[in-house]
Amino acid sequence: MRSFDYQKPTTIEDALSVLSGEDAMVLAGGMTLLPSMKQRLISCETLVDLSAVPGLSGIAREGDRLAIGAMTRHADVAASDLVKETIPGLAALAAHIGDQQVRHRGTIGGSISNNDPAADYPAALVALGAEVETSTRIIPAEAFFTGMFETALEPGEIVTRVLFPVPDMAGYGKFASPASRYALAGVFVAKTGDVVRAAVTGAGPCVFRAPDIEEALNGSFTPEALERITLDGTEILSDMHADRDYRMNLVVVMARKAVETALKLAG
Amino acid sequence: MKISFTLNEKAVSVDADPATLLADLLRENLNMTGTHVGCDTSQCGACVVHLNGESVKSCTLLAASVDGQEVKTVEGLAKSKDELHPMQTAFRDNHGLQCGFCTPGMLMASIDLVNKNPEPTEGEVRDWLEGNICRCTGYQNIVKSVLAGAAAMRDGN
Repeated sequence: MRSFDYQKPTTIEDALSVLSGEDAMVLAGGMTLLPSMKQRLISCETLVDLSAVPGLSGIAREGDRLAIGAMTRHADVAASDLVKETIPGLAALAAHIGDQQVRHRGTIGGSISNNDPAADYPAALVALGAEVETSTRIIPAEAFFTGMFETALEPGEIVTRVLFPVPDMAGYGKFASPASRYALAGVFVAKTGDVVRAAVTGAGPCVFRAPDIEEALNGSFTPEALERITLDGTEILSDMHADRDYRMNLVVVMARKAVETALKLAG
Repeated sequence: MKISFTLNEKAVSVDADPATLLADLLRENLNMTGTHVGCDTSQCGACVVHLNGESVKSCTLLAASVDGQEVKTVEGLAKSKDELHPMQTAFRDNHGLQCGFCTPGMLMASIDLVNKNPEPTEGEVRDWLEGNICRCTGYQNIVKSVLAGAAAMRDGN
């Protein structure tokens, strides 16, 4: 990889000041950034490692919301008693990102800022109606994820926390590529009161909500309610891993699994 | 830049380019070649080491990031030349390796598992080793070794 100036600021102010410089990038867990830099797909003049900035990691209940710091690792979300008590479907999602060694480094802030079309967390944020807190503002998840590897983040702006409303029940269904563990299709469903939201990852260029699935589940939050659903396929990817028809079917199958998981976790 | 950290319970300090990966620093700068680099794309797990006691892939970790931290490699497992770590003994006794290339990563990942979960089930072992690939044979004897190693670690052997 091309060399860079490595900075490890110890305050958020210092981090933002270094990031305001020319061609500076943020390093969180590095699970996507470092492989991309090794392949010379990405390079920068200054790499700003956020691991020493205090207050960026941790999980807390704040009223009816669960707040997860940007530098909180997948392994910590997966193992957190608080997450398991409040949104067990989110802990279960985190437990199946990549492999264990990746989960020991990868962070929620890094994952959502990268917005890989097959990443798991974006589906949870959109389905749960989460808000992304940054160094300057709060962005609703649906407005945060803007396109393939694109987010609403401005240059020099960093994610500080993700705020999840606590649902009545939620679950995730994922068909993982056996090689990369990325989702060929992943569906997160969340039910709060009478409202069901479903978000799909891995199947399109960017995470998206699935109104057909939501409508069916609003009537009856059961796997059976999805038996005769067909999706509008315009947004569905077709590639060497899975063609459009296969993926469209997979989305419905994963939505059913997500509902099964949500019901099971809710006891 | 100067990178100082604890490696296998000894303080080390190395001058290296900030773009140096931990796996390369260990192998090239410190001549610690027990940590292997297989795929170099964080898939295969041959490069797994412990960072502050947790298994991580050293091919996808900047050496600069371990400044001030504790790193343990496969070289730090055996108590002496004659006394292997119980997990190493279990791999030897259960034919848990053939060519041995993946073994350093398998050992480091497995020991992290058993430290956190002293009595893992076979399923938990297989899940935990998801990111460790063996291309010689299969995973049967590796899993057998980890279960035997876990029992030996519990017994304090």
